[in-house]
Amino acid sequence: MGIVALGAAIAVLTGAGAGIGIGLATSKATESIAKQPEAKGDINKALLLGCALAEATAIYGFVIALLIILFMR
Amino acid sequence: MDDFADKLLDELDCRTAFEIPIFGGIPVPESAVMTWGIMAALVLLSIIFVRKLKTVPTGSQCLIEMLIGWLNNFFLDIMGPKGKKYIPFLETLIIYIGVSNIVGLFGLRPPTKDLNVTAALALISIVLIQVCAIKEKGSKGWMKGFAEPMPLLLPINILELGIRPLSLCMRLFGNVLGSFVVMELLKLVIPVGVPVIFSFYFDVFDGLIQAYVFVFLTSLFMSEAME
Repeated sequence: MGIVALGAAIAVLTGAGAGIGIGLATSKATESIAKQPEAKGDINKALLLGCALAEATAIYGFVIALLIILFMR
Repeated sequence: MDDFADKLLDELDCRTAFEIPIFGGIPVPESAVMTWGIMAALVLLSIIFVRKLKTVPTGSQCLIEMLIGWLNNFFLDIMGPKGKKYIPFLETLIIYIGVSNIVGLFGLRPPTKDLNVTAALALISIVLIQVCAIKEKGSKGWMKGFAEPMPLLLPINILELGIRPLSLCMRLFGNVLGSFVVMELLKLVIPVGVPVIFSFYFDVFDGLIQAYVFVFLTSLFMSEAME
């Protein structure tokens, strides 16, 4: 169980990348909304799309970790 | 601790609701039964709300018109006038996924927590995207589309056929399962009060955002396929 848990923990580390990515995207989006408040709708749409794509990596890590725990015990 | 893990695993299981007693028993999973329930509720609600429509909307009709108008505008924005005939499907999809994601609020188990359900939804999406590409460009134009922007990218374009539904499916499944696990853990640790607050984020906000993202990506791929 110990090694399996370690493997799952390493898989979940993918979340760090997604966190950095979403943080960067959001900071840029806030900046551009502050510069051009009238383009808020379009910026929001693009931000949401980018976040969804960036978040996918974290979700893959989570799913893999779950699969490791469920099938390797 | 072992007791805790067992409880969690039990929650993660896709339970069988009942068996159809033909051909030696066909198991019907709980997610299918939940889907039927949601479908029945949505059909019933739409019949009730559409029954007495007036030219000048009042009361609940205003709310419904606002919601549908917003959805129409949103999809029209992405798809353009060419994709107008696909809008009803996309709206049905977003309403179904949205409702099935927030069904956890009522203490039920969301059907999108089952990998099979999200895989089926992603399959529907990718088939529709391809069908819509064939319809708009003809089967020859569709075949040619794989060699764009240059023939060197052919394998990548074919790979995309598999990767897109996989990522759609995994994103929805992972998000719903993740929030479900966090909520179950919270309920096990603090059973009263606190889960309600977190439920607003994990069930309502996250669920609706994921429904939005799923349909948004589908419509984006579709408008891309039609070009």
